Amino acid sequence: MSEERGGWLSRLKSGLSRSSQRLTEGISSIFTRRKLDDETLGELEELLIAADMSIGIAEEVTGKLRRTRFNQEVAPEEIRQALAEEVARLLEPVAKPLVLNPALKPHVILVVGVNGSGKTTTIAKLARQYRDAGKTVFLAAGDTFRAAAVEQLKIWGERTGSTVIARGQGADAAGLAFDAYQEAKAAGADVLLIDTAGRLQNKTDLMAELQKIVRVLKKVEAALPHTVLLVLDATTGQNAHSQAEIFRQIVGVTGIVMTKLDGTARGGVLVSLAEKYGIPIHAVGVGETAEDLRPFSADAFARSLMGLEK
Amino acid sequence: MFDSLSNRLSDVFDRLRRHGALSETDVATALREIRIALLEADVALPVVKDFVNAVKEKAVGQDVVRSVSPAQMVVKIVHDHLVETLGGGADAASSALNLNAVPPVVIMMIGLQGSGKTTSAAKIARHLRLRERKKVLLVSLDVQRPAAQEQLAVLAKQVEVESLPIVAGERPIAITKRALDVGRREGYDVVILDTAGRLHIDEALMSEVAAVRDVAQPTESLLVADAMTGQDAVNVAKAFNDRIGVTGIVLTRVDGDARGGAALSMRAVTQKPIKFMGVGEKIDALEPFHADRIAGRILGMGDVVSLVEKAAETVDREEAEKLALKLQKGGFDLDDLASQLKQLRKMGGMSGMMGMLPGIAKIKKQIEGANINDGMIKRQEAILSSMTKQERKNPKLLNASRRVRIASGSGTSVPEINRLLKQYQDMAHMMKKANKLGKKGLMRHGLAGLMPGGFRG
Repeated sequence: MSEERGGWLSRLKSGLSRSSQRLTEGISSIFTRRKLDDETLGELEELLIAADMSIGIAEEVTGKLRRTRFNQEVAPEEIRQALAEEVARLLEPVAKPLVLNPALKPHVILVVGVNGSGKTTTIAKLARQYRDAGKTVFLAAGDTFRAAAVEQLKIWGERTGSTVIARGQGADAAGLAFDAYQEAKAAGADVLLIDTAGRLQNKTDLMAELQKIVRVLKKVEAALPHTVLLVLDATTGQNAHSQAEIFRQIVGVTGIVMTKLDGTARGGVLVSLAEKYGIPIHAVGVGETAEDLRPFSADAFARSLMGLEK
Repeated sequence: MFDSLSNRLSDVFDRLRRHGALSETDVATALREIRIALLEADVALPVVKDFVNAVKEKAVGQDVVRSVSPAQMVVKIVHDHLVETLGGGADAASSALNLNAVPPVVIMMIGLQGSGKTTSAAKIARHLRLRERKKVLLVSLDVQRPAAQEQLAVLAKQVEVESLPIVAGERPIAITKRALDVGRREGYDVVILDTAGRLHIDEALMSEVAAVRDVAQPTESLLVADAMTGQDAVNVAKAFNDRIGVTGIVLTRVDGDARGGAALSMRAVTQKPIKFMGVGEKIDALEPFHADRIAGRILGMGDVVSLVEKAAETVDREEAEKLALKLQKGGFDLDDLASQLKQLRKMGGMSGMMGMLPGIAKIKKQIEGANINDGMIKRQEAILSSMTKQERKNPKLLNASRRVRIASGSGTSVPEINRLLKQYQDMAHMMKKANKLGKKGLMRHGLAGLMPGGFRG
């Protein structure tokens, strides 16, 4: 599986190129046929929306083209270039890798998101990366709701050589997080990754439960948790806005990881999220292995999305 | 965040003329709004295009009924066409599970990672055991995700059906063969195969599930998909349908606040019925698909049917009648308020109801501003239960020192109690007004007429 190691950019691109194929085909077909008039711009806007970008952003991006190139004959390549630049410009301020603070023992990372977004898998990948970097890793099995979720994390703990703090199904997740922090601290661990049960953001009671985890940790130390990661599934459409908004409001999300970008989903929703909330985007998941969780690069993402080379 | 389609269209038509037949320009203007509304609801672009064209054909030349605005007319055409496309009106048989085969009948669950296959498998097993009196065997073929097989075994216990004993290291095809063998020998009616999540473009894993299909010959191959899915829904549905052959769709996480346009995309691409919706984390939260409800949601028109059904399910009829009688006499007291709050909470709380109410988008901001949420309802219940019986019967007794006592008894503050009392007074006042209006008046003024001032913060 790791023979492609090293060329992560090409891996990211091969993941994304599938996503962008249809988008770029669409763009080419528009622009080889017509010049940049109202109708063309309208269709261009729809194509961006079809990459899960929200309507506002699509209008903004095409609006820029309208101001500068209206009624000109434009080559598809040029348009892709312009779009990629515009998208990269929007994403640049939020492209910030997740950096562990070595002064913190442990750096506490709380991982949140809706059901099935890939929280546990992301934790496993992060644990592997941190272990490979020689760090001591603690995992807290905070998904005490889903059947066998604790077992799932325990297996990852074994595979990555991380210590797993767990209680039974149905246990109080906030109490577990508290215990895990105490143990990780006592052991002088470098990082503590806290898993949580997936929850839909419109379930007030479940969100309150998540808030309790943060509240309990803050009582131990006001700076906790140092990082709150929102895991977003790339196949998610416009609902990602609601997810980002509510999770941010309830638990103060400090960064986003987008998973499952190796499919045909395009993750265009990240662009509007970047503009709207400015939450840092730390990493993208483009495959099954730990190396496939990659730091997010605005330029690479934008250019890949538009089907441009490098 | 979203305006409903009806609001958007009325804005458009306000600028146009009001009556007569719908002209081509009227329709063209409306079509752009419809297109945007559908895209915002995550309906995939190619599906939106076909849909809009079909609506155009139906709409041009339609007479606008006198009492109806052109906007309402177009919305009705769109809604009807949406219900039709989603499979409404189709015979009930097509949305029920097909169990007409020599037992054990095989149901195979397929889909992307994290779409909800395992949970749906358990929910369907429960449904078959209770509703159809079937003997069901749950089988996990997920050898990819750690502890996935254990997860299904735990869920099987919860829904009281058997699961195939796990053999460590066994491959999916071998598990399938063993499951079919056990199914035949031990007289199971249905065997549900829960496959591992896979990407539709992962050739190796797609061939694996195709091989499972060839061995198991499933009567139903259910594609499990998340209601939050965006534009990619078409690609996923098409790939699974072309490669594996889908017989039906299970739409999960319908209890979220996604608009659910993916339902339309997948239905349009596969031409297969949506058979179930997952509506909660509880193991009984599975419902047959309702095209009209999803249509309403996609258009941002709310889900009144679900709300009414939920109300009918949870509201105690006798209590409601008792309350109605009391209202007529004008004797609405704090005990009644308490029982109302309790019923509100039973119906899924404010958050549960908000999603279902039509036109709620307009006042949603106000409600959020007033900080009305389920936590607040609980606090109000605490305040009420910290009062004495006498105080609840006669709120006038509540002087300052009593309020201080109640505040410390309920862990709240005096201002919170004051707010609750104000809300109660407003409600009592509204009730009196409602009585004067009579039943007809109430219908005409709708819910807005009954929103008490306290709810406006």
